[in-house]
Amino acid sequence: MIEIRFAGFGGQGILTTGMICATAGMDLGKNVTWYPSYGSQMRGGTANCSVKFDDKAIASPFLRNVDILCAMNTPSVDSFMGELKPGAVMFVDSGVVPEDYPVRDDIKVVRVPVNAIASNCGNPRGANLVMLGAMAANTDIFTVEEIKAAVEKYFKKKGIDNPKNLDCLQEGANC
Amino acid sequence: MAEKVLMKGNEALAEAAVRVGCRFYAGYPITPQTEIIEYLSWRMPEVGGTVYQAESELSGINMIIGAAAAGGRVLTTSSGPGFSLYQEGISLLAAYDFPAIIIDVMRVGSGPGDIRQGQGDYWQITRGGGNGDYRTFVLAPNSVQESVDLIKHGYEIAEKWRCPVIIASDATIGQTMEPVVLPEFEEHDPKKHDSWRVRGNPTLEGKDQHLLANVFMAMDWVDNGSYFEYYLDKCKKMEEAEQMWESYMVEDADIVLVAYGCSSRIARETVELAREEGLKLGLIRPITLWPFPNKAFEEAKAAKAFCTVEINILGQMVDDVRLAIHDRVPVDTVGDFWGVPDPDRIIAKAKELLGL
Repeated sequence: MIEIRFAGFGGQGILTTGMICATAGMDLGKNVTWYPSYGSQMRGGTANCSVKFDDKAIASPFLRNVDILCAMNTPSVDSFMGELKPGAVMFVDSGVVPEDYPVRDDIKVVRVPVNAIASNCGNPRGANLVMLGAMAANTDIFTVEEIKAAVEKYFKKKGIDNPKNLDCLQEGANC
Repeated sequence: MAEKVLMKGNEALAEAAVRVGCRFYAGYPITPQTEIIEYLSWRMPEVGGTVYQAESELSGINMIIGAAAAGGRVLTTSSGPGFSLYQEGISLLAAYDFPAIIIDVMRVGSGPGDIRQGQGDYWQITRGGGNGDYRTFVLAPNSVQESVDLIKHGYEIAEKWRCPVIIASDATIGQTMEPVVLPEFEEHDPKKHDSWRVRGNPTLEGKDQHLLANVFMAMDWVDNGSYFEYYLDKCKKMEEAEQMWESYMVEDADIVLVAYGCSSRIARETVELAREEGLKLGLIRPITLWPFPNKAFEEAKAAKAFCTVEINILGQMVDDVRLAIHDRVPVDTVGDFWGVPDPDRIIAKAKELLGL
């Protein structure tokens, strides 16, 4: 069982990132669930979603022992770092989470300048894809090639074919 | 096998209805079920169907009664206070013996409540929130796949028994995305209901064909039949024939959890966690809330106590479990209101019931 939390500002593509991740899991033949926070959230507040992967049937879609947190801002670190299990991996957007921001010492922290990388790729809206690339390289939930295939499939279904999306994934994986 | 697609529970309910021949929807948006009307508003026109956003829920349910009278496969959906406004219409559907599916994507609380998941409508949906003496089927999916499967099954039993069907989803099952296999397309021909549907053309069919009346009026006053015996017999047969449930590790369980919908997912996880530490828990998951699956409890011979897991305060399902086991052993409940019951709390309750 892999439990993943995606969190950030509303409008950053947090729910979509989780959805692409869940699609990648499904394409790998795993059972997956995706569950959003929704409803009367404050503008500029946090949005989050949870994704589970398992080879077995997934009982509850709610998270209990979180393996991976993808935090795109400091409120997300504050809200969700506590639920990580020891040894978990936390990915943070180093553009907004300061280097000296206090973090737990029993987890691994991967700092990714997602917005800078996305801009360098000529795809400023691809910050979440940079993060997915970094997740592929730093965990064993899927390989970089697998997430690339899932992203291509996801956007082609929507009639979008943007090769720069793949650049974002690759640059995220390289960092 | 057909391709799996990743879909939200709400959208999967909508697509499944389209695929099994539903061509008329009337209703009103309310969180957490608005995706259904949103989805159908673009999907229905693609298949020649109609979506009508009524000026209120009351209007919507009455449009459903009209379309059901014509023999169509019809759908309306709501949640919380909106679903309460449907009760008068559901009672009338039952009085007319009309098949229809009404979905309640349950949210929490009385009055306006709140948009997060809840299971406080159990008494309303299983006892009947409308006036008079009637039953409706109540089907409670606990996954996106089962949401789809129960739409198809729901129309089949609604038509077989000529009885309204309530699908009791909840905000969690409605908002969760999971891989799902959608049903094949099937056509629904209203003509298959010519024996009872209203056709509205007196020159072709005679005046009976556009009589729209409570069945008891038609039977007792027009045909001199006995509605009392007819309806009692029908409900007894429905209760006997249509119970559905899933059992998980029940046979040797010391404590049997009873839960439906999203709570049953947590209850199942709890059984797995408890068994790892040697605590023999099992789970009976009612899929039909009415008829309540009394037959499921025959297997739970070893149970020293039962415990419902629900997202409500008062343990609304406890009564039904007590009746099912004839009060043979204690029945308790673990509930929650703003959140969902936690496996640790359920395990603690199980230990308490066992005196551990």
